[in-house]
Amino acid sequence: MSYGEFRDLDGDLRRFQVRLGVAGAVVLGAFLVLLGRFAYLQLLQHDYYKTKAEDNRISIVPVVPNRGLILDRNGIVLARNESQYTLEINPRQVTNLEQTINELAAVVEILPRDRNRFRKLRQEIKGADSLPIRTRLSDEEVARFAANAYRFPGVEIKARLFRSYPFGATASHALGYIGRISDRDLERLEADGLIANYKGSDFIGKSGVEATYERELHGTTGTAQVEIDAGGRGIRTLSSTAPVAGNNLVLTLDIKLQEVAEQAFGKFRGALVAIDPTTGGVLAFVSRPGYDPNLFVDGIDPQSWQALNEDENKPLNNRALSGAYPPGSTIKPFMALMALQLGKRTPEYTISDPGFYMLAGLARPFRDWKVGGHGAVNLHKSIVVSCDTYYYGLAADMDVDQQHAFLSQLGFGSPSGIDIDGEKGGLLPSREWKKKRFKRPDEQKWYVGDSVSVGIGQGYLLATPLQLAFASAIVANNGIVYRPHVVSQVVDARSGEARRIEPQPARTVALNQKWVDLVKAAMVDVTRPGGTAARAGAGALYKFAGKTGTAQVIAMKQGEKYDEKKVAERHRDHALFVAFAPAENPTIALGILVENGGHGSGTAAPIARTVLDYYLLGKVPDKKPELDADAPEG
Amino acid sequence: MMQLAARLWDRLTENIDGTLMLTAVLILALGLFTLYSAAYENPARLQGQLVNIGVACTAMWIAARVPPQTLMRYAVPIYVLGLLLLVAVALFGETVNGARRWLHVGVVRFQPSEIMKIAMPLMLAWYFQRREATLQVRDYLVAALILAVPALLIARQPDLGTALLVLAAGFYVIFLAGLSWRLIVPVAVLGAIGLVAIIVFESQICQPDVVWPGFKAYQKGRVCTLLDPTTDPLGRGFHIIQATIAVGSGGLTGKGWLEGTQTHLEFIPERSTDFIFAVFSEEFGLLGNAVLLVLYLLLLGRGFYIAAGAPTFFARLLAGAITLIFFTYAFVNMGMVSGILPVVGVPLPLVSYGGTALVTLFLGLGILMSIQKHRKLVQS
Repeated sequence: MSYGEFRDLDGDLRRFQVRLGVAGAVVLGAFLVLLGRFAYLQLLQHDYYKTKAEDNRISIVPVVPNRGLILDRNGIVLARNESQYTLEINPRQVTNLEQTINELAAVVEILPRDRNRFRKLRQEIKGADSLPIRTRLSDEEVARFAANAYRFPGVEIKARLFRSYPFGATASHALGYIGRISDRDLERLEADGLIANYKGSDFIGKSGVEATYERELHGTTGTAQVEIDAGGRGIRTLSSTAPVAGNNLVLTLDIKLQEVAEQAFGKFRGALVAIDPTTGGVLAFVSRPGYDPNLFVDGIDPQSWQALNEDENKPLNNRALSGAYPPGSTIKPFMALMALQLGKRTPEYTISDPGFYMLAGLARPFRDWKVGGHGAVNLHKSIVVSCDTYYYGLAADMDVDQQHAFLSQLGFGSPSGIDIDGEKGGLLPSREWKKKRFKRPDEQKWYVGDSVSVGIGQGYLLATPLQLAFASAIVANNGIVYRPHVVSQVVDARSGEARRIEPQPARTVALNQKWVDLVKAAMVDVTRPGGTAARAGAGALYKFAGKTGTAQVIAMKQGEKYDEKKVAERHRDHALFVAFAPAENPTIALGILVENGGHGSGTAAPIARTVLDYYLLGKVPDKKPELDADAPEG
Repeated sequence: MMQLAARLWDRLTENIDGTLMLTAVLILALGLFTLYSAAYENPARLQGQLVNIGVACTAMWIAARVPPQTLMRYAVPIYVLGLLLLVAVALFGETVNGARRWLHVGVVRFQPSEIMKIAMPLMLAWYFQRREATLQVRDYLVAALILAVPALLIARQPDLGTALLVLAAGFYVIFLAGLSWRLIVPVAVLGAIGLVAIIVFESQICQPDVVWPGFKAYQKGRVCTLLDPTTDPLGRGFHIIQATIAVGSGGLTGKGWLEGTQTHLEFIPERSTDFIFAVFSEEFGLLGNAVLLVLYLLLLGRGFYIAAGAPTFFARLLAGAITLIFFTYAFVNMGMVSGILPVVGVPLPLVSYGGTALVTLFLGLGILMSIQKHRKLVQS
């Protein structure tokens, strides 16, 4: 080895060590950059990231409040929350849903409607954690599944609160029902600023009291701070604010009376509203046929929904407040009261009824229901025997707008304002209405002939059964008007404090008591021998004021003979009845409609008697009343 | 009897470097604690890692007994074998997640690219040792070729992370061998300018319709997500955001062992492998990070010391390169987890769960020990 080579190697070594030094500096620099980054994140930005980590970790979970109960006037529960066992599937934990459901069907009963509902829920609620395949499991079924649970990962038995209506279809149109919150419900909640209170809620009132008092019934949603993992699963609860249960509702409804009224209808369709005239409280609210609201509470299956909608008896229609019918002769007491009040008739004014009414300029007569007529008829008799001819003349003498103004005060032509959604106002015609309704100038004019038909409750006049009951209540209460309502008290679920709804008189109709007493007396005689409802009134132990009515379903040409027996059942006349009792101090007023019931005296009046006997005397009907659609006119 | 045991111990540890071993064991210990917390739901990982450590230490022990001269003799065959395997991967390799990286030999499946992390510095160190006396520009070109071929093969798999690590390993050897500053400085300046440009024009070049020449879509995505993680908070950005939150929320002293909420509520992805540093950082805070950095610096410093005192050019280059590779692993991983480098599949050395990287790293430590122990033998 030469000296030079040694020097060379030394130079190599030095150069290498310089390079190594540079590399070491880079390493130190890089680690200092890291340390700086750590200090930045962990000291300067620490609070920010700490909050971020907390936000990650903690989720605010809504705690749904218990829905308020609905009670009848005597404290009988009409809608409650029931703990039910449901069998629920977490779709994300189950790989083959069909197969799992088939295997489950061997353990607990699973009907096609359960499968359909499950399928429907799965489409509606994407990404759900748990969906019910079966609800309302029996204890035995729970036990059977528990023994087999190991075979079904992702399937669980859960205890959940379900709305339950122990009386089933009874009062269904007053109570309404709850159902799953739809997109439209969400939009409305959003618009009303209530959406936050519905976080976690699955159900909302869809109709009836359940819908109108939704805000009272729902309660205030509580919150729980829950620690969650990255998958969103709850690990443990850190803190919570308890939900506030919804308020309970006490109804004016008497469920026993309601049952009596509904049973009184027998096989007939129709509606009945019973009002306490001194408060406006609705005592019974019938629309037949009803439906079982329990079908809706855990999500109605498509078949049941279709069946309800396609049923030709239209069980979902609330006839009591949305069905508009010609009131027929039940309008007569109100017409009579109007004529007396406006000075168009005196009690003594008497006509001679030949069985028809001739209007000047018209060749065709308006016929009375009774061929040959009723002879000499004054106002009292006109109500008792339901004389058409008297009212043809009376209506012809009335100005239609005056009539509109008076009958409006009795509640015709506009919704009563009852606390159930979907109320219709019926139709109380006026000149203005006709002008708006028709296009051709000759059709827009109001004719005396129009008035004549309205005089006996036909023509353009339409009223709901609720309006008939309301008008009866106003007359029964001598003109002091209480708004009809179904809910009497809202009871705070925590404090038990009750908030009464009304009854303050909404307004007063100026009526001469002499005329009111006169009309009432005539209505009492309607149910006595000689009156059109004499049969229904026979042996009543209280003063029973009423008025029968018949409404044509298909337009009959004047003069054409009408033979009920030959007309198909669906084309038979509707029977109507208005009533109140006891006449000297009424505590109940009724409006009754029996679809295709023939005459008021045959079907509607006996129903009234049954209801009044129960309400006033506590008499439980021992057998179904014989309703006779073929009874003679009333 | 006692005498026998003492002699056996001496014999077993005669080639083991105390300083390297002690720092490595300390880092391993921190790693096991962290892994226990990170893999709380999967305790089998801890046992698996202990087995990995056993295997890796054996590999180190063997490597430490192999003299550098022998290593030099095997440098070329190992490199050629690695190259052939890479070609085999390109032809018959198994495709997993769209990348052809794996080779099946019997029941064992492995990534030949891993071999290159050791084979590359060996080969280049051997080459420069051969040309030591007459090092010319031509030699650097040959070295560049030796480096480029396998790097390209790996990049094409595609596995940009490993390709960059292999490139880095080769570059360290070339740099330490004395590559002219006139070549290094302009490239470094150009690179710095490019980096700044990318950061400044991030919003333009990261538009979905912009195609980066030579990059796969997912590679572009990784860089773009690093530049602005919020563009993809639930996808690629989720890793970076959640890891950064874990580090930041750790604060000065950390949340305490087993108390990391990000870790235990499963917000940190890959928390026992590539992102284990987020777990460590969340639970032990800035102080823990500083301790880990110091331990790494001690280990690297010992490596530099060994390199500086190595008797031959080959040994020097090899020792320096191995030390720098170790540094690269640590820096890239911690930089990635703390959000200053893109997400590439690089484990945290001696901490992350996983056998392959552990064996590679311990082989490197074994070579360093061998160089240190065989220093005098060569000189005398």
